[in-house]
Order: sequence, then C-alpha cells, then structure tokens
Amino acid sequence: MYLYDEFDERLVRERVAQFASQVERRLSGALTEDEFRPLRLKNGLYLQLHSYMLRIAIPYGALNARQLRRLAHIADVHDRGYGHFTTRTNLQFHWAKLKDVPSVLGLLADVGMHCIQTSGNCIRNVTADPFAGVAFDEIEDPRPVAELIRQWSSLHPEFEWLARKFKIAVSGAAQDRTVMKSHDLGVRIVRDAASGAIGYRILVGGGLGRSPMEAQVLRDFLPREDLLAFLEAALRVYNLAGRRDNKWKARIKFLVLDIGVEVFRARVEEEFARIDKTKANANPAEEARIASFFASPPYESLPEISRSLEQAVARDEELARFVGNNLTRHKRKGYAALTISLKAIGGIAGDISSGQMRAVADLAELYSFDEARVTYAQNLVLPHVRLDDVPLIFARLKEQGLATANVGLITDIISCPGLDYCALATARSIPIAQALSQKFADPARQKDIGELSIKISGCVNACGHHHVGAIGILGLEKKGAESYQITLGGEAGDDYALGELLGPGLPAEKVPEAVERLVAVYLARREAGENFIETTRRLGLAPFKTAFKEIADAVA
Amino acid sequence: MAAAKRPELPAILIANDLREGEVVFATLEGWTRDPRRALVVQDERAAEALQVFGAKEFLRAKVVDPQLVAIESAEGAPRPRHYREALRALGPSVRPDLGKQADFQI
Repeated sequence: MYLYDEFDERLVRERVAQFASQVERRLSGALTEDEFRPLRLKNGLYLQLHSYMLRIAIPYGALNARQLRRLAHIADVHDRGYGHFTTRTNLQFHWAKLKDVPSVLGLLADVGMHCIQTSGNCIRNVTADPFAGVAFDEIEDPRPVAELIRQWSSLHPEFEWLARKFKIAVSGAAQDRTVMKSHDLGVRIVRDAASGAIGYRILVGGGLGRSPMEAQVLRDFLPREDLLAFLEAALRVYNLAGRRDNKWKARIKFLVLDIGVEVFRARVEEEFARIDKTKANANPAEEARIASFFASPPYESLPEISRSLEQAVARDEELARFVGNNLTRHKRKGYAALTISLKAIGGIAGDISSGQMRAVADLAELYSFDEARVTYAQNLVLPHVRLDDVPLIFARLKEQGLATANVGLITDIISCPGLDYCALATARSIPIAQALSQKFADPARQKDIGELSIKISGCVNACGHHHVGAIGILGLEKKGAESYQITLGGEAGDDYALGELLGPGLPAEKVPEAVERLVAVYLARREAGENFIETTRRLGLAPFKTAFKEIADAVA
Repeated sequence: MAAAKRPELPAILIANDLREGEVVFATLEGWTRDPRRALVVQDERAAEALQVFGAKEFLRAKVVDPQLVAIESAEGAPRPRHYREALRALGPSVRPDLGKQADFQI
C-alpha cells in the first residue's frame, strides 16, 4: 500500500492549516457563506439536512488497519459512532461539526488521509478495481497508475476549477469491475495484440446523473509512458471548451456529445502533439518508486484446495453460502479475496459502526496483510485471505453482524443516503432498500433468483447508480409526495447498458410488490442457466412492462 | 428584487447552526435545538418578522440556510407539512435513535 512521502505529508498538512484558517474566518464572519461554500466543498465538507457531512477520500478504495482504527476513533469522538461508504469508495460522516473539522482533518493527516477534492468542480477520488493486484484475470495491477493519477491530479493548478466535477476510474483486468463506462475518463490497462506491449485504452464522456451516457473510446492504445501528457491534453480541451454557463450541461460528456467524439479526439490529439512530453509525463524513477509500494505481499506456497475449509463447509450451511457468494478467485493458489457485505438484511447499505471498523481492521491485519478495500457496491474486501482461514474470519464477521452471504444477489442493493440525510435528494432511498432486502431475505429464494443488481438513487444525480442497475429505482417528488420510477436492464460492466423506464412512478409501499412482479417474470420465463439480466436482454421490455402495468394501473 | 414566496401559515423558521451544523428553530429569544420550543407564526406580519430575523442571523454568521416552513398544527412539536422539512426537523427516518426525534422523544 502506498505510504505518504515528505511531499504528500507536507501538502496535506498545509491544506489542513489552510482550511483551519478558512473555518476560523467563516466562524468570525470574515468570510460569507457564498465565499466559504466552494472552499469547504474542496475539502469534502457539505451542509446536509441534519448537519454537516464530511467526505473522506479513500483513493482507489485502499485502507489499512491503522486508517480504519482512526476512522473508528473519529466516528466515536467527533461523530455518531458510524460512517457510510459511498459508490465512489469514499467514507462519509453524517454528523460533522464545522468547529471540529480542522481537528478531524489533522487526525486524518496522521494516518495519510484527507478530504481534498472529494467534492467541488475538480478531479475527484480516483477509483479502481477492488480486486486490484489479486484478480486472476488481471493484465497488470492498476493501483500504481491510480496512485500516479492521484498525485498528478491533487491540487493540479490547471484543473482545480473545472466547469464541473471529473471522475476517473482505472482497471487492469479483463473484466471491468469499476463501472468504467460511467466515468468522465476511464483508463483501462490493455495489452497490444501486435506488439504484446502494455498500455492504456482511454475512454471518455461517460456519466450518470440527469443525462446518463456511455463512455466512448478516445484512444484505443496509448503507450504507457504517455499517460499523464494524454490526460493533460484531454482535461485541457474539456477545461477550455466545456460549457460553464449551465451546470446541467457542464460535464465532459456534453462536450463530447455536442462536438462528436471524432472532433473531440482530433482536438485532444492536436493538444497532445503540442505538449512537451518530457515535462508532462511522469518521471520513470518516480513511477518505479510508486510501483514499489504495490509489490505482492509475502504469500505462502499453498495447495489450490483447502481441505480444512472443505470440511468446515460440509458441516456448516451458513459458511457454505458465505463461501459460495462472498469469495472471489485469487491469482495465488490457496488464497481468496473475501468480500464483507455491508448489506445486512434490513440494514443500511454501506453503513458501518465504529466497532465493525475495528473488527475489520483486526481481520485485515491478522489475515490479509494489513489491507482492506472499499468497493463501489458499498462493500469491503479483504484481498488476500488464506482459504484455510476463511472459517475463522467468517466466525469473527458473524459476531459483528458482517457475515451476510449475499454478494451479487438481490439483497446486495446499492443505495445512496437519499433524503434521510442528503439535502439534494428528492426522496428517501434507504427505506426502499430495506423493504426490498426484507422481502427477499430468504437465502433459498435469493439463491434461486441468483445474480441481480438493484440500485437506488434518491434524486436524478444518481449517486446510487440506478441507471446501471438490472432493476434501477429513482426517487422523485410527485405532487408533494415521494414517488419511485423503476428502470430495467441496466448493466454496469463490460456489457454496459442503461436501464429503460417501465412506466409511471409508484408510491414507496408499492415498490417491493413491483420488484417482486419483475422477478416473477424472470423466474417464469428464464431458460436454463440464464440470469436475470440475460433474460431481460432476450425477452426485451415488453413482458416486464405488462407485469409492471398491473401495479401501476392499480395505483393510478 | 422580488420577494421570496412565503409558505402557507402557520409556519416556523428552521436553519442550521453555523458552528455545529445542527438543525435549529427560531424562538422569540433566539434559537433552540428543541423543535417543541419553535416559535409558530400565524399571520403574515409575524412571518415576515421571522424571515427578516433569519436573514439577519445568516448575515451575522450565526446560522446557514434559514427557511420558513409551513407546519401542521399538532400537539407537542410542530410538524412541517412537506416531507423533506419534516425529516429535517425530526432526523433520519431510518435511525430513530438519532436527531431531534431521539433527543426530544418526539
């Protein structure tokens, strides 16, 4: 895991001091709210419905035990004993006090963390494959590139005040696990078929929100040494030509849409040609220094199959379910990546108590080379656990209410905080997720239904990724009441697709029934081995719309 | 500048405390954390006075986002009519152990 050097340390400490001074001036009245708002946003501080909310960056989702324990300490001392993991792999504290934020930032700086650029019109927290460095289908570990981009984009003088926020994802595997095509810019590590050289495929112009769009290929193969110069060219074209007159049209996706990807590409290539590569690109020595932090941990030589795990699984049905759903194949024999679901039945997606943070810290330290990861699906991963240790880890997780065996299943629901916390929301999200989780709680039923993603957002900004849910739910206000639109057929990965609307909005209490009807269509019409999304693709929208209409008509 | 549209009456003034961020309610003596003590205004003149108070307190760096919100006449704490403001006044519906609903047993 990357550790701060003296420059990172100084940059973060200086920022803490700077923000402390800004807070002091705001509290004294020397700064107005209009002057202060963009400054606090640049430091991850929002004013939400009940309080301030502090959003902490977790670059490419990587955490160690010390950091988790520090987050637990902050939760206990400065917040309400819990935090919330987001779809951008950040952590939010929902009850922050402005007067305390400088102290909290100091506590974070002690463990190499900060809130810089977790909000505002700048390059946001860079995300990556949660199985980076361990995935069996990996071409190359994306974390060194993600870290390089983190350093390059932190307080970048040219790109600190963009027209709108800018999100970058990095993946190095055959399968995309980053929702790359929903990003302003995607960096995909690829191997050139002809030369065998490793470089990058660059995607541009994806995004969710009010106008969802799928990213398109900007450069099919970029030599690895040119990455930063190319990113600089793409950002510069956007920064100069992107709209600033209308915040709803200011993301890079609108520029790409307006001028077409060919014209955008031509402009980027023209700019790229002008850039002095020796100045813009990373120093190879620095790249090597960064990469050295991501060397493989000292794995043991283990047999591929763990007899002790097999025996434990044969004895314990719950453990068997956990192993079936929450383990991911590891590149090393005898190891697995273990996903800790933060989707307890009837719980709050992504929420984690301080006690649970400490428990995960202990497990990461004892069993996963001091590493944990945050996923965009609001779960955690212990990336390197020995198969032999899984029964023990499972038992510890169970004590903490963290052993829910539902990863990828219908109750592994993504949900933004919605109107229970968020000042931008138009409806609540969490109660909908809770009702669905309870409705489909039965493990046998979940197993029968199989892989199915439900994603819920409490407003058009789509923090809950509803557009790319197999079943997407969007909460809106209709005639002074909460109303929920349902979309079908969204997909976040390589078969990226945006869901299509099934019909008019429903009141909250009708949503579980509607989802049940959609699932019933799937169960009745699926072919052997076909999962939910495959059935929707084969059948199209019509039979699902018919089922949905019965509910919608009953409401109307 | 056109005057902001005023909500229906009766109404209360809700804001967030600048230092703490906590939701506060205007009273005759200043601000309170307790929604049961919120000043309920019944007529236009009183509503305007409350709005002016909120604007001044915002300029004096005491509160942020002051808003006059329509309420339903209810026993105990006044309840905002719109579900958004009702959530703001009470706390997250999914965490009844937090917010005003917990602090003041509403």
